[in-house]
Amino acid sequence: MKLEVDIGLRQGAFALEVAFSSDARITALFGRSGSGKTSLLNAIAGIVSPQRGRIAVGDTVFFDAGRVCLPVQRRRAGYVFQDGRLLPHLSVRQNLRYGRFFTPAAERYADFAQVVRLLDLEHLLERRPSLLSGGEKQRVAIGRALLASPRLLLMDEPLASLDTGRKAEILYYVERLRDEMGVPIVYVSHSIDEVVRLADTVVEIAEGKLTGIGPAIGRLEGGAVIDARVASQDLDSGLARLDFAGGSFFAPEVDALVGERVRVRVSARDVSIAIERPRGISMLNILPGVIVSLGESAGASLEVGIDVAGTPLVARITRKSAGELGLAPGRPVFALVKAVAIDRHSVGYA
Amino acid sequence: MDSAEIEILLLSLKVAFWGVLASFPVALALAMLLARGKFPGKALLDGIVNLPLVLPPVVVGFVLLVAFGRQGPIGAFLESHFGLVFSFRWTGAALAAAVMGLPLAVRAMRQAVESVDRGLEAAAATLGASRIWIFATVTLPLIVPGILNGLLLAFARSLGEFGATITFVSSIPGETQTLPLAIYNLTQVPGGDSQVWRLCAISVAVSLGALLLSEWLLRAARRRVQG
Repeated sequence: MKLEVDIGLRQGAFALEVAFSSDARITALFGRSGSGKTSLLNAIAGIVSPQRGRIAVGDTVFFDAGRVCLPVQRRRAGYVFQDGRLLPHLSVRQNLRYGRFFTPAAERYADFAQVVRLLDLEHLLERRPSLLSGGEKQRVAIGRALLASPRLLLMDEPLASLDTGRKAEILYYVERLRDEMGVPIVYVSHSIDEVVRLADTVVEIAEGKLTGIGPAIGRLEGGAVIDARVASQDLDSGLARLDFAGGSFFAPEVDALVGERVRVRVSARDVSIAIERPRGISMLNILPGVIVSLGESAGASLEVGIDVAGTPLVARITRKSAGELGLAPGRPVFALVKAVAIDRHSVGYA
Repeated sequence: MDSAEIEILLLSLKVAFWGVLASFPVALALAMLLARGKFPGKALLDGIVNLPLVLPPVVVGFVLLVAFGRQGPIGAFLESHFGLVFSFRWTGAALAAAVMGLPLAVRAMRQAVESVDRGLEAAAATLGASRIWIFATVTLPLIVPGILNGLLLAFARSLGEFGATITFVSSIPGETQTLPLAIYNLTQVPGGDSQVWRLCAISVAVSLGALLLSEWLLRAARRRVQG
């Protein structure tokens, strides 16, 4: 289903002016706090009304300035808020069933048992929200939104209030959701890790304006994202071999089975460059490639774009080394990636 | 307690009960309006609702007498259309109790409405609930402790109502003579002291009972709402 947004929204001194369309399974709205991500999400949900423009999901027009403005409750855009917002006077089961009651029978597609199983909520059903942990609350909030059979799911930094362990847990559930429920998701985040791990399309926003849109695979601020397949898992060394278009490399503690597709974020800081194949070095991942770009920089470091047989990588090195090695576009080099730098948090299911 | 005292107690409870019950929908509507509404004259309405708190009760009683008496504009209308008579009837005592208790009820309920997290209501809207459903399934359950609190405050205030009642409907035994009026009446009669003491004791017992009950209800309701 295609999400089309072209709106102008003014709130006090803040102005949001954004146009994009996406038919991705997960569209990430990425940007710093205060960039307008949540305002955009609220406009899609109908919580705030733009002054100008149009919002449509598939064939349903949510908003068309001066002509259409579907009220919140008729948009059926499932919203997972940053702070959960479970109804405190209802049990988990009642919270989950709340939206279903208001959904026209013909449009109900979400199955209670399936969602409960998907999010592992069985043992929580009779509890009150006040007795749930942060991660459990967010799982219930996701389930509640899903069970209203929404046209699309809006998630506003659902991991923001969670610690690292819980974050990984919820990310896993969001991935399952994406792969099993088939409901388009708009995911707001300021975390590059989350965006890269989850999204198909990334919409970058800064100060109320669109600054970029494109697939998550490829180059992204401060690093690169690689689509790969788990070729083998070696239990002895704890390393997985990941094959990608340009070759293969090793990464530790990857939570995926052999044959599964994963998405790996390689930060530019963890990539070094050698002009000859190095020997006697602890780095396991030595990938031959060609320099495609040399970043402009007045500071001590710069970014070097490397093409590894079709897969882009980015290395952040000092300007001094770039000069001493005589790096220039077109020059063949070896990209060195430290295996331990690719930890489980930078690997997700594709 | 002899039968006369039981009659006085029952009358007082009846007057307070109906007074509070009748003012409840008005109090809730005013609380919602004052907590959520944005309209010109809001401060004025707020002031009028709170007037009975600061006015001498005699003034309230007199205004009621003028407006709701059989010759009064509202009183005459209600009598000819609904057969509802207030002057010198227990219904008048209940009306006086309702008006005097209203500001306390509105205050408690308004505070409860203002403390409801609007985010929860927005969440309910995204789940498909219309405004009326949001009120019934989110707002109302969340303000139940405040409603109970307001009703009990108004009830306690009604039990003690004196000035407005005696001005509006006089002190007629068996019809409008509630506990405080009966006590006052007996203090004016030589040799009524022992009965005064007994009625005072009943007053204390009823008020204390109401306070304890309210505390218990409030705690139970909070537990339910906050989980």
